[in-house]
Amino acid sequence: MGARYFGAEVQRGEDEALITGKGQYVDDIRLAGTLHGAFLRSPHAHAVIKSIDKSAAEKMPGVAAVFTYADLEEPVNQQQVQPYPNPNIRQDIRPYPLAKDEVCFVGEAVAFIVADTRHIAEDALALIDVEYDILEPVVNLRDAISEAAPIAHRGSPDNLVSQLKISYGEIDNAFEKADQLFKTDFLQHRGGCHAMEGRGVIAQYDPILESFTIWSATQCPYLVRRSLASQFELPESRIRVIANDVGGGFGPKAGFYIEEIITPWAARKLGRPIKWIEDRREHFLTTNTQRDTWWELEIAVTAKGRIEGVRGSVITDNGAYIPYGLLLPFTTMAPFPGPYKVLALDLTQDVVYTNTVSNSPVRGAGRPNAAYAMERVIETVARNLKIDPAEVRRRNFIQKDDFPYKTGLIHFNGRPMTYDSGDYHALLEKALELADYDGFAARQAEARKENRYLGIGVSSCIEDTGMGPYEGVSVRVDPRGQVYVSSGAASQGQGHKTILRQIVADELSVDIEKIHVEIGDTGKFPQGVGTVGSRVGVNIGTAAYSAATEVKTKALALAAEILEADLNNLEIEDGIIRDRGRSNITISLGEIALQLAPMAGAAIPEGHTASLEATSFDASKGPPHASGSNVCEVEVDLGTGEVKLLNYSVAHDCGRKINPLIVEGQIIGGVVHGIGNALFEEMIYDENGQPQNTNYGEYLLPIATEMPQINIVHQETPSPLNPLGLKGAGEGGTIPAANAVIAAIENALEDFGVVVDKYPIHPERLCELIDQGRMSEAAE
Amino acid sequence: MKSAPFTYYDPTSVPELVDLLANAEDAKILAGGQSLMPMMNMRFLMPDDVIDINGVHELNFIERENGHLKFGAMTRQKEVLGSNTVANAAPIFGEALRYVGHIQTRTRGTIGGSLCHLDPSAELPAIASLYGAEMKIANADGERTVSMDDWALAYMTPNISPEDVLVDITFPLWGQNHGYAFEEFARRHGDFAITAVGTLLELDQNQIITKVAIVVAGADVTPTRLYDVEKDLIGQIANEGTFADAANHASEIEAMTDAYVTATYRQRLAKTLTNRALISATERAKEKQND
Amino acid sequence: MTDKRDIQFTLNGKHYAEAVETRFSLADMLREQLDMTGTHLGCEHGVCGACTVLCDGEPVRACLMLGVQANGKEIITIEGLADGDELSPIQAAFRKHHGLQCGYCTPGFLTTLTAFLRDHPDPTEREIREAISGNICRCTGYQNIVAAALDAAEAMRAA
Repeated sequence: MGARYFGAEVQRGEDEALITGKGQYVDDIRLAGTLHGAFLRSPHAHAVIKSIDKSAAEKMPGVAAVFTYADLEEPVNQQQVQPYPNPNIRQDIRPYPLAKDEVCFVGEAVAFIVADTRHIAEDALALIDVEYDILEPVVNLRDAISEAAPIAHRGSPDNLVSQLKISYGEIDNAFEKADQLFKTDFLQHRGGCHAMEGRGVIAQYDPILESFTIWSATQCPYLVRRSLASQFELPESRIRVIANDVGGGFGPKAGFYIEEIITPWAARKLGRPIKWIEDRREHFLTTNTQRDTWWELEIAVTAKGRIEGVRGSVITDNGAYIPYGLLLPFTTMAPFPGPYKVLALDLTQDVVYTNTVSNSPVRGAGRPNAAYAMERVIETVARNLKIDPAEVRRRNFIQKDDFPYKTGLIHFNGRPMTYDSGDYHALLEKALELADYDGFAARQAEARKENRYLGIGVSSCIEDTGMGPYEGVSVRVDPRGQVYVSSGAASQGQGHKTILRQIVADELSVDIEKIHVEIGDTGKFPQGVGTVGSRVGVNIGTAAYSAATEVKTKALALAAEILEADLNNLEIEDGIIRDRGRSNITISLGEIALQLAPMAGAAIPEGHTASLEATSFDASKGPPHASGSNVCEVEVDLGTGEVKLLNYSVAHDCGRKINPLIVEGQIIGGVVHGIGNALFEEMIYDENGQPQNTNYGEYLLPIATEMPQINIVHQETPSPLNPLGLKGAGEGGTIPAANAVIAAIENALEDFGVVVDKYPIHPERLCELIDQGRMSEAAE
Repeated sequence: MKSAPFTYYDPTSVPELVDLLANAEDAKILAGGQSLMPMMNMRFLMPDDVIDINGVHELNFIERENGHLKFGAMTRQKEVLGSNTVANAAPIFGEALRYVGHIQTRTRGTIGGSLCHLDPSAELPAIASLYGAEMKIANADGERTVSMDDWALAYMTPNISPEDVLVDITFPLWGQNHGYAFEEFARRHGDFAITAVGTLLELDQNQIITKVAIVVAGADVTPTRLYDVEKDLIGQIANEGTFADAANHASEIEAMTDAYVTATYRQRLAKTLTNRALISATERAKEKQND
Repeated sequence: MTDKRDIQFTLNGKHYAEAVETRFSLADMLREQLDMTGTHLGCEHGVCGACTVLCDGEPVRACLMLGVQANGKEIITIEGLADGDELSPIQAAFRKHHGLQCGYCTPGFLTTLTAFLRDHPDPTEREIREAISGNICRCTGYQNIVAAALDAAEAMRAA
């Protein structure tokens, strides 16, 4: 049987409802009698709460209740549970569902008002009187690590969340033997979530069944269920979490938040459904971001540009709490040394508390950080040794026949970091060809005649995708031949339903229209993990394939008996099983399903199991490694510092593509996210820890006019770790993008010796760097 | 992010409007709403009364007469952009308005609203300054006229009282052969400018500058006319050297530092953009001469 | 004391008479009073464009208009773009070109482009990018939206 749907540009089944206004995002859910919640949030980055007077707010007409920490009972009044406990966490400080006696970032929830409408709830916020003793906040990550720093949490000895070390090889030896040593220091800033739908929760408590139904705009409904079960000390069976249509996730919606505790808790308390919808200002203040990492790296290199060793340190701003374990810090180190065969490595990471919103992964998690750091190493070598940056990459890439390649590091799954497959050299050449890299020098020279400064930048990366443990899929056929697929993996726009349909339709040889998918509902599938880390396509793809194969095997076994045919001679086409030798002898999948799920009194055929269904939790046997090389071409305006993106080329390898339409959509969107990181997005805090730009006029997201045409070429190196050869595609666009842009800018401004020390890079900063270059040139 | 409650009024004539204003204690006029509504949604503003003037149709017109272009205060930005009258008489409006917000805001945003909001980097106040426009103000006691130089008092502070309403704005037109340019630098298309420069310029047959106006928006707290630079340019030949000097001079403008950029950078932009605007305006003036 | 106004308007071709709280934005009125939830709120400060609807044919931000300002107007929302079961050309093109992922910002793009393509039947790519510069999409990177708009324009010219 050939694949009809796998690999084809199948249009998404999800779209019709979404383009006609029939989506069901959390704020669209209407439950009779719903009350609306609003949070009073701390205006201070660090303060002690001396007193709260809520009496005036409680008396306001239309207000149902006002809750503060004092109203919470055991066990709900404990710190929010840690979904990712880890012995490396030195101080595991999580927020209380409502601030107990200390607030540690601007936006921390202090009180919750429930009212007839959101408007009234917001009216009443002004009537709560809170008296604070303001404490000195720590805002900057480099301040936080210093001995004299203010402490982010009262009673803590210092601001250190964790210190992580990774190393392999003979690092001292590498530095002693090296022909040359270089250094590079830089600050990376990655913005926040900024899904166009903010977070939101609607919770309903059924007092008869003593159970909750909770709709949440989350990437991880099962994580919310598990966390809530702990927080409430309830069996998971009493909590159903539904993430229906979710308007984007990008990482920060993967966590567990206090609003997901307070809203259901208040719904139970008041006996009414309660809805809380995050508004955009709350999103800026309270949804986890990624923000700053500061790197200091030393490089040992041969005269020919072979990198013998990299050592150094990184500081990661953790924000005020640690709601998501150490996933971000781990992913900031584990992807080293990227696609390069670096012989020795030694890195230390300090993760520090600050009085700013908590940090957790944003698209790519720490991988874009690690990739940028490695690419900075490459750029530094190329610049100092005056070798073409593409050539430095060629000289250091892992070879095609080195796979499986063990880097020497340990993945945060505890196993040796192993790259399964790839061909980084071929991929780079594809990107260079697509970008006409060889023709760039002529373009640059031509433009320079008109005093226009063009530059080109290359960036290469690997991505560990498809991490475990699993994402289960069930497949069931009913007597009408309709196929029901369910899975734990919620979607925030990645088209999971469509790819599930494609794989199951192919495997069972049924029309895709007969396949009905339900995802993102803990009531519909028993166990799930979550949509993070480019892991879902690989895992549900694998599980769907296994489950559908099992269903097919079951169906064919019974069909062979009924048709009195040789099992090996059977085929399925359009849901009909036939004997290849006798084409008029057929039985439909539906008829088989009826045999295996008859009505009362009938028997299941001997030797067969009930119901034409199967559930699989089969997963990839390890993280398949996707890879990419990007080339960006820019023009820099010396008069304004403006960077214009002229062209962007992507060569991408995510193994076998289930749906090229979806893969390319992920890549383009991912690249644009990375461009946003490099040029635009920055969350600015003043020295008091006050966020400065909590609106979309001043926090700059990429818009259509500033984005270049992004051209894509694919390479398919199937992963040997799963039967369909899949690798993840969700973040591979973002991971290398920042360096491609920054390196292109540096290339354009090579005459001025510009080296970018921080991104996002602002036009003003570029002007300063250009001026510095001019002055030092003049001085020489 | 929901507005606080208010009492809503929707007058349909100027007399009715000024009467309401005279009797209101804490009112805000709702014109296009593209700046007021966000501030109300964020509760930065919580007026007792909102007086919606979208039904005062007499405030919506574009007229050209006696060498002047006159706009009713409620004329939408989209209407200005789409007007042939405006395009013929003062084409700089078309160039500047492309930078104003986006199509969904220009359909509502008004010229009067922009002048009253008086964002330092906004384009329409900059053009009003460039032309030395005159604002007609009405209140229950009558009408008065304020020239643009007296209009912008301070950061986002127009010379208008709570009982006043801006009725119309008059722009004295330049000669048919004038050159113009509006150069703006913003981080993204449609964003508020970091700095923008508008220029009008007239040349004689020998390419001598006979009349010129330059305005810088976004650098200082109000749009700033570069009168000294203009004075120096009169009688000069319109060439690169002249413009480079003017641009250097423009970089001495008073400028502000905020959370995002420094005064130094705004001054640099004033220089770059002044130079570009003068070059572009001159090219256009020459084209007109050659037509 | 809640300030309310009686207003009348047409929404997606249907006549409505409603008493609306005066502080409700047009988006609040559509969503909370009429349960027309296709219009989405992305920022409520007039930048993201998700809430764009057509008011007398013109694209406007429904978070920056009051509900009462719909009085006497003809409003079209995402729910009113298709002709029965038949998708409009721009809707169909979005599906064909994968012009949406999560779909949350999509209603604002579709309403904006509906008006833009009506007024600009043969737009360039640059013009389309400018037309949607007031709409933010975090998922798609815009490229497929631009492709969809170009395709829809062509389909509309051919029709």
